Amino acid sequence: MVDTKVNLSGVELDNPVIPASGTFGYGYEFAELYDINILGSFSFKGTTLQPRFGNPTPRIAECSEGMINSVGLQNPGVDKVISEEIPKMAKCFNKPVVANVSGFSLDEYAQVVRRLDSVPQIGIFEVNISCPNVHNGGMSFGTDPKNAADVVKRVKAETNKPVYVKLTPNVTDITEIAVACEAAGADGLSLINTLLGMRIDLKTKKPVIANKMGGFSGPAIFPVALQMVYKVYEKVNIPIIGMGGISSAEDVIEMMLAGATAVEVGAANLVNPYASRDIINDLERVMKKYNIERLCDIIGGAH
Amino acid sequence: MEQIVIFEIEKNEKLAKDVYRMKLIGDTKNITKTGQFVNIKIEGLYLRRPISVCLAEENELTLIYKVVGKGTEKMAEMKKGEKLDILVGLGNGYDTSKSGEYPLLVGGGVGVPPLYGLCKELISMGKKPTVILGFNTADEVFLQQEFCELGAKVYVATADGSYGEKGFVTDVMIKLDYSYFYTCGPEPMFRAIEKVAKTSGQFSFEERMGCGFGACMGCSCKTKYGNKRICKDGPVLEREEIIW
Repeated sequence: MVDTKVNLSGVELDNPVIPASGTFGYGYEFAELYDINILGSFSFKGTTLQPRFGNPTPRIAECSEGMINSVGLQNPGVDKVISEEIPKMAKCFNKPVVANVSGFSLDEYAQVVRRLDSVPQIGIFEVNISCPNVHNGGMSFGTDPKNAADVVKRVKAETNKPVYVKLTPNVTDITEIAVACEAAGADGLSLINTLLGMRIDLKTKKPVIANKMGGFSGPAIFPVALQMVYKVYEKVNIPIIGMGGISSAEDVIEMMLAGATAVEVGAANLVNPYASRDIINDLERVMKKYNIERLCDIIGGAH
Repeated sequence: MEQIVIFEIEKNEKLAKDVYRMKLIGDTKNITKTGQFVNIKIEGLYLRRPISVCLAEENELTLIYKVVGKGTEKMAEMKKGEKLDILVGLGNGYDTSKSGEYPLLVGGGVGVPPLYGLCKELISMGKKPTVILGFNTADEVFLQQEFCELGAKVYVATADGSYGEKGFVTDVMIKLDYSYFYTCGPEPMFRAIEKVAKTSGQFSFEERMGCGFGACMGCSCKTKYGNKRICKDGPVLEREEIIW
C-alpha cells in the first residue's frame, strides 16, 4: 500500500490531485459521473464580488495538444456562490475545498475573501492575480511584484485560512513575483495560470476567439509549467501547487519532483470528465513502478 | 455512471455534398432524449467534437455530420471496424410533451439530422408531424426519403430553386398551420423563423464548446431566464426565453 497523502499548510489531502478552477464548476456536474470524494480537493470556479457573464462567444479554440479559453470569469457573484452553489457542492463533496477568488481592485479581493471566510468547507484560498481574460485587474496584479504583494497583504488581513496566490506565466521572471508574495505573507503559491495565446481562422481570416486572445492550456504547456515550478521552488520556502497540462499520474510525479506539493488538473477534465479520477486511480501503479512509497517524500526531489 | 462509451463503426457513407452518415455499434442507454448530442474524441485532436444524434436505437447510434473542419475531415476518412471514444447523453434534448397534434419540424442544412429522431418519436406518440427541409442547392439535399418513410408530410426548399420549392424554409412555413414547432439549423434561419412563427416552439443551438457537459462555461449565452450553457442547459431553448 503506497501513501499518497500530502499536506498544504496544515490541510491534509488524501492525494495531491486537485481539479483546477474553471474546469470543474462547483463539482456537481462531475458528481453525476463519479463519486468526487476520491479527489484530494478541488478548486471551485473563480469568484468575484459582482456576478459576471464573462466574455462574448466563441470563447474556445482548439490547439495542438491544448486549447485556448476566454471565458472571462463567468460566475454568479460571491453572494450567490455562498447561498446557492456552495450548498449544492457540499451535497456531493465532503472534504475541504479550495476557493479561487478574483477581483478588479484590492478592495474587491478583500470583500470576496471576507464573505467566503465564514464558509466552513473552504480549506484554502487561491487568489487569482493572473487571469489573462479580463481587463483592469486580473493579470495586472500578477505582473508586478509590488501589486501582487499588496493583494496578498489585503487578503491575509481578512482570513486566518491559508492563502495561496495563483501566478501568471506571462512575466519576464516569475520568481520575482513568487518571492514578493512570500514576503507579503502568502502561505503558498499556485502556478502556472494559462499562457496568453490566440488562433486565427483561415476561412474568415479573423481570430477564432471573440475576445481575440485567451489563455492557452493543455499538455502543450506542461514543460513550461514544470520549469517555472522548478525555478520558483528554488527561491521560496512555501508549498507550491503545480499545474499546467497535467494529464497523467506520471505528470503528477514529474511535477512533484520539480517542487510541487500538490497539483491541479485543468484542461484534461474538459476532454475526459473522468480524468482526475483516472489519474488518482493510476497513482499507485506509477508509484510502485518508480519505487515511491510516500508521495510526500519526492517533493522537489529533482533538485 | 460511465458516459464514455467505445463505439465501433458499422458504416460511414457519403449522403450528400460534404455530408456523411456514420452508423455505430455500442451502448446507447445513456442517450435518453431526442435532440441530445455526443462528443467525440478524434485521434490527433485535443478537444472532443460535438455532433448531434440523428437516431439512437438499442445498441446502434446514427450520426449525420457535415465536413467543416479538421475533426469532421478525419471522421469522413474513417472505415468500418474502427473504434471511437464517445461521451454520450449530452444536452437537454427536445421536450416532446409540448408538440400538440400537428407539430412542424424545420431543419436547415446540417441541422436536419436531429429532427429525424424527433420525428420518429413524435409519430410513435401518435402525432402527425410535418417536416420542412431547407438546403442551398439540390446536391446538398438529404434525408427527404427517410422522413417520408416515417410517415411525415415533407417539404423541401432550396435557396436556388434547383430542387423542391424555390426559397427558404420560411417561404413554406408561412403557408402552413401547425400546433407547435421544433427547429435546428443556422442562426440566420432561426431569426427568419422567429419573425414568421405562429406558435411556440423550440430552437436547437450550436456553439463552439470546450467540454460539452457544463463544466467550462465555454458556450454560455444570455436568456430571459438567466445565463445558460448551450451544452448543458441547451442545446434546445424555448422560443419564449431566447434573446435575439
